[in-house]
Amino acid sequence: MNFKLKSIVPQLITVLAVILVFGFFTYNAQINMENRGIDFGYGFLSQESSFDVQFSLIEYDGSHSYFRAYLVGLLNTILVSVIGIIIATIIGVIVGIARLSPNYLINKFASFYVEFFRNIPLLLQIFFWYFAALRALPLPQDAEAIFGVFFLTIKGLYIPAFIWENLNIFFYSIIAAVVSIIIIKTYAKKVQETQGKQIPVFLIGVGLIFILPLLSFLIGGVNLSFEIPKLKQLATTSFIYDGGVSLPPELIALTLSLSLYTATFIAECVRAGIQGVSKGQKEAAASIGLTPNQVLKLVIMPQALRIIIPPTTNQYLNLTKNSSLAAAIAYPDLVLVFAGTALMQTGKAIEIVSITMLTYLSLSVSISILMNWYNRKIAIKEK
Amino acid sequence: MSKINFLKPNKSNLNTFLYLGSFLFFISLLDVFINSFFSTNLTGFLPGSLSFILPLILGFIGLFFIRIELSGIKQLDLINKHINTSNFNAILSLLIIFTVIKSIPPILSWFFIDASFAGDSKDVCTGSGACWTYIKVWIRRFMYGMYPNGEQWRINLSFIALTLLGSVGYFATDRFKKYLTLYYVVIYPLIAFLFIFFFISGGPVFFDLSYGIIAAILSIIVGFFIPNKFKFYYFLFVPLALYILLKYFIFYEELIELGKLDGLNWVETGAWGGLSLTFIISFFCLIFCFPIGMAFALGRRSEFPLIRYISIGFIEFWRGVPLITVLFMSAVMFPMFLPEDFFIDKLVRAIIAIALFEAAYVAEVIRGGLQALPRGQYEAAKSLGMGYWKMHIFVILPQALKLVIPGIANTFLALVKDTPLIFVVGLLELVGMLNLAKTNPKWLGFAMEGYVFAAIIFWIICYAMSKYSYNLEQKYKTDR
Repeated sequence: MNFKLKSIVPQLITVLAVILVFGFFTYNAQINMENRGIDFGYGFLSQESSFDVQFSLIEYDGSHSYFRAYLVGLLNTILVSVIGIIIATIIGVIVGIARLSPNYLINKFASFYVEFFRNIPLLLQIFFWYFAALRALPLPQDAEAIFGVFFLTIKGLYIPAFIWENLNIFFYSIIAAVVSIIIIKTYAKKVQETQGKQIPVFLIGVGLIFILPLLSFLIGGVNLSFEIPKLKQLATTSFIYDGGVSLPPELIALTLSLSLYTATFIAECVRAGIQGVSKGQKEAAASIGLTPNQVLKLVIMPQALRIIIPPTTNQYLNLTKNSSLAAAIAYPDLVLVFAGTALMQTGKAIEIVSITMLTYLSLSVSISILMNWYNRKIAIKEK
Repeated sequence: MSKINFLKPNKSNLNTFLYLGSFLFFISLLDVFINSFFSTNLTGFLPGSLSFILPLILGFIGLFFIRIELSGIKQLDLINKHINTSNFNAILSLLIIFTVIKSIPPILSWFFIDASFAGDSKDVCTGSGACWTYIKVWIRRFMYGMYPNGEQWRINLSFIALTLLGSVGYFATDRFKKYLTLYYVVIYPLIAFLFIFFFISGGPVFFDLSYGIIAAILSIIVGFFIPNKFKFYYFLFVPLALYILLKYFIFYEELIELGKLDGLNWVETGAWGGLSLTFIISFFCLIFCFPIGMAFALGRRSEFPLIRYISIGFIEFWRGVPLITVLFMSAVMFPMFLPEDFFIDKLVRAIIAIALFEAAYVAEVIRGGLQALPRGQYEAAKSLGMGYWKMHIFVILPQALKLVIPGIANTFLALVKDTPLIFVVGLLELVGMLNLAKTNPKWLGFAMEGYVFAAIIFWIICYAMSKYSYNLEQKYKTDR
């Protein structure tokens, strides 16, 4: 009896305190909203938004609903996170390996990079790129073409647009290539386990992923042409590039700073991971006659990945959450479009802030579930 | 065949290759050096791209020639081992050396040679270098925000006093060492509070705090007569209740009147800013997020399911959302949750928001330390008859906290780097002030200088912190 009471009382007190706090908040919120004549509800999502967004992946203008505006912001957030994650991973892996290099100069250079970018606030880096570095770029009429097709100007980066015909057939061919590679890989593994023969899966895979899409061009009627941006004069001194895809400077500044900043942390994860594999493993693998390549592929990497992936996942999550700093340089991401403009127009503070927070929460949770699944897949299977 | 052998460096023709190789290597370095420092191109007579990569080719051949294993010359072996192990490494080393040589002159000229330091208006900044005059003119705004110039000694004095009081730990003799924890956990934060509220803010805010002091003193005196069993709950509730009682029911009118008799001018928090605000916010969040984080770390490992789930929910919620939305919440949503006549200053709201946010991260770090402790520690403490609180305070937490020093330091580092985000609630610390100064019509076009200045300051702070935490980690590592 005494024991039961001892375990119930603290829980009861805690729960009561939580309920009290929440009750106090909701009570006040109700009174405040009544006083100000605001009603609670999510009906505003279907109303006409009547504001414009500068950069959008889907069709959008003021006549669309608030929900559509939310989608625009969400897609922009996802866009910047995905690009940032890819670039950060590439830089991070290279720098992380470079920090382990026996070459003194490379080693110092890599650690200089890590110490430099890690210790400066991200927001300051974003401001630096956006307000200082990218402002030094040439005007559209003075810009020189990079490789003849890219134009880096103060108004953004202009890249050629792809114009596809029968895009779906091209996609099918890529899917077919991937599926056949998986089948060949499982077959090759079976052959190796039963007969000991090795099939050059990698070469076949590379061949397939090139040949099948190529076939789709030759036979499937897929056609790709490029629309190269052209300089167009709007007024006597105002020029702009027409055609192609334009990436706004906000996007460039944001991706640059996010990936440079996050890459330092990923580099540290990679370094820790590779250092975490004991030297004996490498020597043991070499002593049973594996080639250096095989040692890296079959022994070091699988073990290093186990150490690398959990903290790297955290960094991916951080990057996604940090992408909300976009609001500071007016890149129309979720926070700016929805929690900024839409909130200002509707005044529905509670609804909008809660939707925004829930969205980020579910983005984080979904990335971490995905990574946990992958992590479990590659974890040591203990008996 | 013999030709290839002739080209392959080995020990027998060591001197030939050594002289030839170092000659080529120095030629390539000289070319790049002259090119970058005196901007004359020695190889200008060659076609464009060849002249560009010629030093690389020369240097590469030079490094190839001097790559002789076990040459017997100490310095040569050292160079080969460190920068010249293979062709690939040689190229990378050359590229890095060339990049460094190439980037020194522009950086030097921008920072020092072409920069302007004198004067106090934009007109002196005509050179192509940095305009440090801009920083010089604005330095007070960058450091103190909109805080009145005449009152800034208050901030300086407070920070100096707090630094001195904070360094007491270094000078304490063994006799006082055992009180240090108490000092740092309870007394020092209280003094810091007093300084910042009384000194930096000034005005009636101090009198508001004085109720708190009266309540604290009263409840501590009465606390001696409370039986040990209820002491915890007593100190949890009574001081706060006493404070509210004093403030709203008893002395209200009298002390409002007293507030008008203040000695120092009141500076509202909206005028605080610059680097000093960064310090104030980091300091307070650091003080608050630590106990909150510790509580939730213990809660997450509690054996009571309800407490555990509430802790998990709290931690995962704050860790899942970006800080900027938390600040948005504190700015636009939080006032809706409070009674109408109840107003909380926006600086306090921002501090609460950041502290709760960082507390979730601190909680996870501490939980890692708690999990890393061997079970035997818990069992040993229990077998001595210690209860939950005694076990944690005297056995578990001291060990666990030592383990997590690097993690905690990283979280605090992140906290300092996150402070610029308070621009969301309209407070301007260093980065915010830079953005404000940048838009001043008299000083347009000096964004670069401002950001570089702030980057240097933040870099020094963060780098020093990370090195210090590394030292702490090393120090405590040997203890165990």
